[in-house]
Amino acid sequence: MEVEAAKMIGAGIACIALAGAGLGIGNIFGSYLSAAMRNPSAAQKQFPNLLLGFALAEATGLFGLVVALIILFAF
Amino acid sequence: MAANPMSQFEVYSIGPKIQIGSFDLSFTNSSLFMVLTVIVISLFFIVATQKKSLVPNKMQLIAEMAFEFVSKMISETAGKDARPYFPFILSLFLFVLVANLLGMLPYSFTVTSHIIVTFALAFFIFIGVTVVGFAKHGISYLKLFVPSGVPIFLLPLIIVIEVISYLSRPVSLSVRLFANMMAGHTMLKVFGGFVVSLGILGGWLPLGLTGLELLVAFIQAYVFAILTCIYLNDALNLHH
Repeated sequence: MEVEAAKMIGAGIACIALAGAGLGIGNIFGSYLSAAMRNPSAAQKQFPNLLLGFALAEATGLFGLVVALIILFAF
Repeated sequence: MAANPMSQFEVYSIGPKIQIGSFDLSFTNSSLFMVLTVIVISLFFIVATQKKSLVPNKMQLIAEMAFEFVSKMISETAGKDARPYFPFILSLFLFVLVANLLGMLPYSFTVTSHIIVTFALAFFIFIGVTVVGFAKHGISYLKLFVPSGVPIFLLPLIIVIEVISYLSRPVSLSVRLFANMMAGHTMLKVFGGFVVSLGILGGWLPLGLTGLELLVAFIQAYVFAILTCIYLNDALNLHH
């Protein structure tokens, strides 16, 4: 296989990381909402944790993007 | 402006070329925006605290809000011992936040979308936290790598994992910020190219994405600062 084609395929495969990020973000917001519906008075206090968890989960998907960019441009 | 969505991240030198040894120390657009970030923060605080009053005016209110926000963040995550590090965390948070927000202006340059900038910040945080930990606890700071309540036969594995996760902190901290900023700005540029073809209704989509990016700019600065606090907490309050 040509190297150029293999690079493209590799970069595309690296985007599978998005599945994990999607699962994580959905899970965080879903859990936060269901917990906030049960106990609305405690919801506001956990909002910073929600943002923190969201950013941490989102970053894992972006690591996949970085891998794709490294494959495309650095090699 | 080139159509390539990556061309916005190009670093070029402004003014004379300065070369020392093999290092190119020219003043670039990246340095310009870093200086601009510092100037904006300083000017804002100088103007906001010009006329201090018990009942604050609008600018003083915003300055106090930023101050209190970081103060609360430190006391909630790192405890009382982290009080002396408040100026550092505040300037770190404001630098990342203002650099992100300045990058949102059209035709400007995002300092934090370059891994070398964020890695330098994260690496100095890593070194600083390690030094603080060793200065406070001495050699027993290494207990950080030995969680309590772990079966003895699992310890060799756990210690290796803990050491690797400790060493990967600067990498994950810097890549998180850089990847978020770069991905966001690339996405804005790509969707910006679709405005005409999306039509009258769909063409407003990039506006929503810009709002999302503003949110991300704030969240990433917040996460960068709060993770620094968490690392500081690990170093200051060694409890397992």
